[in-house]
Amino acid sequence: MTVNGEAVEALAEPRTLLIHFLREQLNLTGPHIGCDTSHCGACTVDLDGKSVKSCTIFAVQANGADVRTIEGMAAADGTLHALQEGFREMHGLQCGFCTPGMIMRAYRLLQEISSPTEDEIRQGIAGNLCRCTGYQNIVKAIQYAAAKMNGVPFQEAAE
Amino acid sequence: MNDQTLTSAQRAERLQGMGCKRKRVEDIRFVQGKGSYVDDVKLPGMLYGDFNRSPHAHARIKKIDTTKAKAVPGVLAVLTAADLKPLSLHYMPTLAGDVAAVLAEDKVLYQNQEVAFVIATDRYVAADAADLVEVEYEGLPVIVDPFKAMAADAPLLREDIKDKKDGAHGQRKHYNHIFNWQIGDKDATDAAFRKADVTIKELISYQRVHPCPLETCQCVASFDKIKGELTVWGTFQAPHVIRTVASLISKIPEHKIHVISPDIGGGFGNKVGAYPGYICAIVASIVTGRPVKWVEDRIENLSTTAFARDYHMNTEIAATKDGKVTGLRVYTIADHGAFDACADPSKWPAGFFNIVTGSYDFPVAHVSVDGVYSNKAPGGVAYRCSFRVTEAAYCIERAMDIMAQKLGMDPAEFRMKNLIRREQFPYTSALGWEYDSGDYHVALQKAMDAVGYAKLRIEQKAKREAFRRGETRELMGIGVAFFTEIVGAGPSRNCDILGIAMFDSAEIRIHPTGSVIARLGTKSQGQGHETTYAQIIATELGLVADNITVEEGNTDTAPYGLGTYGSRSTPVSGAATAVAARKIKAKAQMIAAHLLEVHDDDLEWDVDRFRVKGNPERFKTMTELAWAAYNKVPPGMEPGLEAVSYYDPPNMTYPFGAYICVVDVDVDTGVTKVRRFYALDDCGTRINPMIIEGQIHGGLTEAFGIAMGQEIHYDDDGNVTTASFMDYFMPTAVETPKWETDWTTTPSPHHPIGAKGVGESPNVGGVPCFANAVNDAFKFLGSTHIAMPHDHWRTWAVAESLGLHQ
Repeated sequence: MTVNGEAVEALAEPRTLLIHFLREQLNLTGPHIGCDTSHCGACTVDLDGKSVKSCTIFAVQANGADVRTIEGMAAADGTLHALQEGFREMHGLQCGFCTPGMIMRAYRLLQEISSPTEDEIRQGIAGNLCRCTGYQNIVKAIQYAAAKMNGVPFQEAAE
Repeated sequence: MNDQTLTSAQRAERLQGMGCKRKRVEDIRFVQGKGSYVDDVKLPGMLYGDFNRSPHAHARIKKIDTTKAKAVPGVLAVLTAADLKPLSLHYMPTLAGDVAAVLAEDKVLYQNQEVAFVIATDRYVAADAADLVEVEYEGLPVIVDPFKAMAADAPLLREDIKDKKDGAHGQRKHYNHIFNWQIGDKDATDAAFRKADVTIKELISYQRVHPCPLETCQCVASFDKIKGELTVWGTFQAPHVIRTVASLISKIPEHKIHVISPDIGGGFGNKVGAYPGYICAIVASIVTGRPVKWVEDRIENLSTTAFARDYHMNTEIAATKDGKVTGLRVYTIADHGAFDACADPSKWPAGFFNIVTGSYDFPVAHVSVDGVYSNKAPGGVAYRCSFRVTEAAYCIERAMDIMAQKLGMDPAEFRMKNLIRREQFPYTSALGWEYDSGDYHVALQKAMDAVGYAKLRIEQKAKREAFRRGETRELMGIGVAFFTEIVGAGPSRNCDILGIAMFDSAEIRIHPTGSVIARLGTKSQGQGHETTYAQIIATELGLVADNITVEEGNTDTAPYGLGTYGSRSTPVSGAATAVAARKIKAKAQMIAAHLLEVHDDDLEWDVDRFRVKGNPERFKTMTELAWAAYNKVPPGMEPGLEAVSYYDPPNMTYPFGAYICVVDVDVDTGVTKVRRFYALDDCGTRINPMIIEGQIHGGLTEAFGIAMGQEIHYDDDGNVTTASFMDYFMPTAVETPKWETDWTTTPSPHHPIGAKGVGESPNVGGVPCFANAVNDAFKFLGSTHIAMPHDHWRTWAVAESLGLHQ
């Protein structure tokens, strides 16, 4: 498979979950495990243009796939992706545990809808749980990133 | 521009000190997936542990057969109580003075209790083998209702202590009784009730819930046989306490134990205590000589480590007919589960539940709490609150509403009439606390004005009439809550954990170039300590926050501290930080006086420098003084610029707030929409408004979860039916309301920077506010108290019981 733009070849047991393959064989510890049952989304990665909860598919199912994790978001020169910047600017994270999955989900959401409404954002990240922020600033962070990616100034919605 | 041309205000802004919305330092690594959490720790030769757990809530263990498990390729060992007993490690002490089983010996006392620990080369193999441990059980009768625990014919749960008449907190009344704790003047309270014009009485139950951080509890233990040293990485909110406890239990000298709390993925009280997984991983590492990782899965987390609440509070208020409260009685049954593993300061078996008089001027009160055992998981942690404070706030805030209803008064007006007045501070409550500062009436009035309270009540009246006419199927509810928290445990005179006073600490070192490392005894789990402690130091010492590194969580380097929970980091370690900084500043002043050849008293502080009074062109900046501290100190002075403070707080701090919530309840579906939630918090001096707001958003969301859906529920056989995210309500972005935040600022008079702590306030105030809103919707139909959680089904059932579906 291709992971963050690099070709990866490795052996995996048939029952190895993609999340364990990424974390333990490839040492990509950005994606996290929060529930084991597909509810929390901390393990979300981008796979062939879809958000995938990597605790719910086997590594072998990703054979030949193009996978992107949080580690592949910043530019090669270290410049943060608009979403990474937005999460920091808008205080869209606290403990940071849900953040890699949340950003990867938001990344795909913004590919699907370039200027989502607040409702679309909330629906779009409903599969990713956060226990710290209450989501309000995550919504703002995604709006910030959408504005930046669309090249328009970010207007914070009036409270 | 250089230092010569910048104004004081510009120089202050450059520091990024207290009061500014400094962006978080932590985020740089977190947004790139470069946080370092326990499960990211990977050591050569590392093994994995997994538990075999009891399917029964109460059963005798007839036989454990590990043969098949041991035969699985990759399994190195299987531990059972029989292996731990010779080491006296089959039980461990709890913070509450009880013991808890590490691995069940003769019987199991709750579903999913740990029975055997499998150690294998791979986490999948460990899980396979755990399933192959064969245990023969004989079922026993189960207690899930705490009110039945002390019945004459109740099944005996704790055979290990059945003959123990005295518990850690006095006499036990029954073999399933843990403690009785009383406070207040019973006779005077009874007399107040005899004289009262109006009284109310209600059983107010706060359901069992779970803090449920997104990262579960986990650890990696690594024992070095050659050095005789143990290193443990773990999700510990209180790493130093864990080191001390590990030393006392294992007999490994404390200096040979290294406890490291790396980044923690949320705690909310779940990660305060010690759990069997930690002990087993340590023993397994000692036995195998290899590092052993234990990672809890979500079902294990929800069903075994650290529940919260399960408090059942018989509550009575006495009042005059014109609405002055005259007395409060609360008699509580507390379900502690199978072992009393409550995480409270050791002398407080019911935590600080005696804050239950709330924000009101009760002349007398009496509280009694009975703790009982049941066939449920042990715990009793403070889920995003100080010890039992959210139980107390829920209790008094519901009861105040019920009394207002009986008096026919508006709940806000009734509160206004009884709030402690500004001039009464410092205020000594009927149950013994000294509230440090407050301006309650101003806060409540500000909240009422902000939401247009009077207009909302008019709208509600019109909606009720429309509902009666059959024109709408929605009920509007307005919830009011005014809470006072008690945080920052605490003063050594009354707060300790296993005999260690609940001080906390900060150590600050200024390097020659003026950059800084500060180490603290607390441990962030998302609160942003690396950002905020640096802001305190920046302001106190006039050094730029970006040049200050804050470290926590490594017991080898950080000064001893009691950890982060009960909103104690800012009240205690924040104070220690300011005190240590001031020690450094005092020394820097002497160095400045020496360099400027003036007397110490001829200098004054100006943002980032000492200058000569009346001659501001003559000054030395802190950066210059840092350099001088290493080469030009006055004769007789030691070089260097560092200080440590162990801060023993003189009192707790008492943050408070006024919350108002508006809901619309669909009586046909039970769906409750939160139309508006306004939260005014007063946490004293505000260090970082951005982080405060974030903490409040998060706390309100957890409060929303608790009030509107969370419950750790057991069926009659003691099966836990809510142990996954399928069944345990976790608010998503879709259900979570939008929050409006506001503040007043009443500094704590006894805290060096006037800060009070904030992280838990929104949970303490939020839960009763939601509950009061739902209750308010139904009260005109004669309903007085509806129990939490207010999920759709229960709310629909309330409407059904009120005959609204006919």
